[in-house]
Amino acid sequence: MTTISAPAGTRRRTKASSGATSLWTPTPMTRLVLAVTIIISAFPLYYMIVIASRTNTEATDMPPPFLPGGNLGENVQRVLSNPDAHYLTGLTNSLIIACTVTVSVVLISTFAGFAFARLQFKGGKVLLLLVLLTMMVPLQQMGIVPLYRLMVSLEWVGSIKAVILPFLLNGFGVFLMTQYTQQAVPNELVEAARVDGASTLRIWWNVVLPAVRPGMGVLGINTFMLIWNDFMWPLIVLTPDNPTVQVAINSLNAKYGTDYVLIFSGTLMSILPLIVVFIAFGRQIIGGLMEGAVKA
Amino acid sequence: MSLHVDALPPSRRRAKSSSGRSFLTWLDLKAAPYLLVSPYYILFLVFGLFPLAFTLYYSFFDYDLTGTVEWTGLGNYAAMLGDSAFWRAVVNTLAMFLIATVPQMLLALLLANALNKRMKFQLFVRLGVLLPLVTSVVAVAVVFTQLYGRDWGVVNWVLGWFGADPIDWKAERLPSWLAIATMVDWRWTGYNAIIFLAGMQTIPKDLYEAASIDGASRRRQFWQITVPMLRPTMIFVVLNSTIGGLTLFAEPTTFYNGNVHGGTTSQFQTVSMFIFEQGFREFDYGYASAAAWLLFLLILIGSAINFLLIRRIGGNR
Repeated sequence: MTTISAPAGTRRRTKASSGATSLWTPTPMTRLVLAVTIIISAFPLYYMIVIASRTNTEATDMPPPFLPGGNLGENVQRVLSNPDAHYLTGLTNSLIIACTVTVSVVLISTFAGFAFARLQFKGGKVLLLLVLLTMMVPLQQMGIVPLYRLMVSLEWVGSIKAVILPFLLNGFGVFLMTQYTQQAVPNELVEAARVDGASTLRIWWNVVLPAVRPGMGVLGINTFMLIWNDFMWPLIVLTPDNPTVQVAINSLNAKYGTDYVLIFSGTLMSILPLIVVFIAFGRQIIGGLMEGAVKA
Repeated sequence: MSLHVDALPPSRRRAKSSSGRSFLTWLDLKAAPYLLVSPYYILFLVFGLFPLAFTLYYSFFDYDLTGTVEWTGLGNYAAMLGDSAFWRAVVNTLAMFLIATVPQMLLALLLANALNKRMKFQLFVRLGVLLPLVTSVVAVAVVFTQLYGRDWGVVNWVLGWFGADPIDWKAERLPSWLAIATMVDWRWTGYNAIIFLAGMQTIPKDLYEAASIDGASRRRQFWQITVPMLRPTMIFVVLNSTIGGLTLFAEPTTFYNGNVHGGTTSQFQTVSMFIFEQGFREFDYGYASAAAWLLFLLILIGSAINFLLIRRIGGNR
């Protein structure tokens, strides 16, 4: 909250003292840096559209094409009907996995965040410290062999259960919601609800949940993007005929390495859900990132 | 009544007055916090602690393709220290990490400084800078692999304007490291700039005003006020980048068409890819597990060095 209101404060102050105004007005150099950055940021995405809407002959032209062509529909058709990619299955799986994990992580984190921030209990401090420590360990890389063997013995290999369950573990979520609850839920409010005879669960539902909803949103968006993008674990534990969308692209990439338009069309479709999230929640994503950074 | 409530923490007050009352009260006040945090810790036990402990356990055994398992003690670790393939992966990982991170931090700082000015379309500009983050890693790698193509790539085409011969970006160590480092930087520089921007906005503006009254140039203000005051944010960003950079996997894997070997002579195979190859291509679970622990050690050392470095930045100013 504080970081978001900061620019307004800046504006007021700089207006008041005319000597400092020049410090916060952009120079032509600043504008140039920002313009170039945005062009570099957008170019690979634009180029994805260019190649995805061309033919393979055009894609390997010299000089390369820089304007979209008219073959997007046809290329998309080829991706969807490709027998090795199982693209639609991958897309559906990714949606199921990302949504399930996001909802569960947000709930688990909101529960734990409430307990750590506003309930006193023995061992609470130590347990919270443990969360912070585990955030420093790349569990996914460290534990893949035993995790894989666990999935083999459960006979879950090839099933999306094997992807969903390990991803539910998210220390960052607990940390974020603890911070957020501390800020958004005044202690007095919890105590007042207690005096009125509300149970812990009722306080969570009636007091905490409405107040931390923005934090849940930020965590939800972050988790969705993280899970949608994950590549290594699904590649290990899933089979090519029941993939996530990233694994499906990988199959295309491995089998049809020179069929650029095919791979690019698949890739373009895979980022569409992310673009939708970005356009719908852009303001919240930036606000959440900046808040989280200052807190940490 | 309310005065009385404020005086004592709620849970303790209730517990005293209702000692020996019903099981439900106990459940609500004493057990509820533990119940609320339990889902996380159950997941942590099953998917965090158990795999970590078993990785250590496996690393003491020798697995071979026929399925025989033999105790070797520290044999895997000893073998790995003399394994040039492992060291090549370590060197590749460290090199790509350095090539990617050093320019990235500087660019992100400068970019954040530019974003910190007053301007129109502020949200639009910030979203534009953050755009790469919403692209999936595999998608980034696919596009950049095409851009760095030997025969039809845009990068070689542009270099051709200056008379340079086409570079085979995948074939040699240094070009492939550069190509992969730019993928990482393209994706993360804007994100880190936004984080730095958040840190910059917490720096009191009075400091700058005082400095400009004293005649300090903008450049001097940037290096002597902004950078030292950003230290806490910088630690966060650098530690994040260290973990991310040392566990690099998706970009180099996709760069070689989804193969974890990392080029014909493993010229861009990272330690994560090495672990994957040993564990899931060679099925040498013990060796892969030992490599995972050495990777962890590498991350700890890397984080410690970076932490100390950042603490020194501006520490004596």
